[in-house]
Amino acid sequence: MKILIDLLRYNREFLVGAIFLAVILALVVASFFAPYDEMMTYVVIPDMPPSAEYWLGTNSRGQDLFWQLAASMRNTLMFGVVVALVSRVIAITVGLVSGYLGGRVDQVIMAINDTLNALPNIPILLLLVFVLRDQMSWPILAVTAALLGWQHDSRLIRSVALSLRNREFTRQAVFSGMRTGKILFREHLPYVMPIVFYTTMNNLIWAIGLEVTLSILGFSDINRPTIGGMIYWANAHSAMVAGIWWWIAVPMVFVVILFLGLFMLAMSVNEYIDPRSRLARMGA
Amino acid sequence: MHGFLIYLMKRFGQFLFVVFTGVTLSFLIAHFSPVDPIEQTVSLLTSFGNTDPRSVELLRESLRELYGTGGSLLDQYFTFWGRVLTGDFGPSLSAFPTPVSTVIGRALPWTVGLLTLATLFSWTLGNLFGALAGYFRDNRPLKVLGVFVMSMQPIPTYIVGLSMIIVFGYLWPVLPISGGAQLNLEPGFTWEYVSSVIVHGTLPALTLVCVGLGGWFISMRSLVSNIVTEDHVVYAELAGVPGRTMFSQYVARNAMLPQVTGLALTLGHVFGGAVIVEFVFNYPGMGKLLVAGIYAGDYSLVLGVTTIAIIAVATAVFIIDVLYPLIDPRVKLG
Repeated sequence: MKILIDLLRYNREFLVGAIFLAVILALVVASFFAPYDEMMTYVVIPDMPPSAEYWLGTNSRGQDLFWQLAASMRNTLMFGVVVALVSRVIAITVGLVSGYLGGRVDQVIMAINDTLNALPNIPILLLLVFVLRDQMSWPILAVTAALLGWQHDSRLIRSVALSLRNREFTRQAVFSGMRTGKILFREHLPYVMPIVFYTTMNNLIWAIGLEVTLSILGFSDINRPTIGGMIYWANAHSAMVAGIWWWIAVPMVFVVILFLGLFMLAMSVNEYIDPRSRLARMGA
Repeated sequence: MHGFLIYLMKRFGQFLFVVFTGVTLSFLIAHFSPVDPIEQTVSLLTSFGNTDPRSVELLRESLRELYGTGGSLLDQYFTFWGRVLTGDFGPSLSAFPTPVSTVIGRALPWTVGLLTLATLFSWTLGNLFGALAGYFRDNRPLKVLGVFVMSMQPIPTYIVGLSMIIVFGYLWPVLPISGGAQLNLEPGFTWEYVSSVIVHGTLPALTLVCVGLGGWFISMRSLVSNIVTEDHVVYAELAGVPGRTMFSQYVARNAMLPQVTGLALTLGHVFGGAVIVEFVFNYPGMGKLLVAGIYAGDYSLVLGVTTIAIIAVATAVFIIDVLYPLIDPRVKLG
């Protein structure tokens, strides 16, 4: 808690990031109080510019953009969080095990790790979307994305775990008869937590970017509001040409706010973890 | 030389392994999907009217031949490998009867050219500015530049591309926003055609550079600011090594090594960005082909593009790995 207050006070990036994310979270909370079901169309007058009644205007499908945006933020964030959580479990397990065992096993695991990393994941995801088509739902997509997006982070975690392997406390734990699983979980996990936190932010950014990308192309459930879905519909109705600029501007602006918020948090946390840069900031 | 050979063998093994995994993965995804391309095509063809059941059966037979989905799972797997190795993915449905390989062959140079140039630019510029920003920590313009490129970095490629279109296409229309070259020009090595290709490629490349720059900048800056405090740099400084040599030979050169490895590691992601950029700018490359193939339900085209993309990225990674010993002499010693 004290760390949080310190960060807010002394770290400008953290403050801005926190404010941006607070805006987004407020929208997510607001989505639960929407006056109508977000899947419905033609509930308000179409094509109204932003006004006192419709804060962000309405679109050609007769939806209030404010409530659309709120529901989209919720769905998009949910996707990102699921991907980040699932891929975290894989990344931490692979990283800790590979680092702890070391030697041959480590080499083999890392070879597999790098192989998966070298595969371009967008074509693979698109292929999956293509063959599943109507059976595709966002949880399947999220799990697939998670399966494709952990290698980079597990490598980072492994490099820390590798150095923990030869430390005194590990040896003591082994000699006192602690089980391997328990050593990894109780003794090593706390050491990698800072990296886990930092990489989670980056992974979240990546996952949300992926979701935005796929739904802009129309490769997700297009009736379920998401940020990319909003842009997809705006394109489908050629909002730019029709002069309904707010339809495309609203999701774009808020996507930028969301990403900058996450990114600034990740940066400031990274800086906080690395004591050298903290010293540099203090002017040492 | 011996160490270099072992290194090369290892990298080549990794390359083969990547290709093997990628091709197997595409095969499995395509195979275990609930959607059967043959039934889909059949229902598409027979929906126009009553067809004789016997001719439908014949149609099925020839389609199975075409897609290589006859026989047991293992047979199909080997057939698929045979197709990958000979580059024959059957005819494209959306551009019937042009073979998929011809369609891909037409698109491949565009993507390779765009990606190579954009990646080289963003990597070089990002590293140069990152190194400068890490070396001269209190330089004001470099700090401002840093804030700018870093805030561009997390934004999805599509959003950056669309902003480019709005700025350079509508507000200040100076650059073409669609296509790979002017349509009425004959392709060839004429000045007119080449300059048209360059002008059309500017915005897509600029988008990729803007998105890619930040990542290189951040990691290079932190690498350099760590190296600056190391003993050999302090010693060189005290020994009176001129600033220029210090920066390029003592600091930047050491920081380059992880960045080259990083380049090889991120190429897969870079390709994903290209898919979107080509979609946004209607650029005639592999990404647009892939998206168009999905919209058109062109099974063989989608599978072909995915496989080729995997192999192409693996090849690019391998090339970087082969060039790596040129800058890191330690590899040669083994």
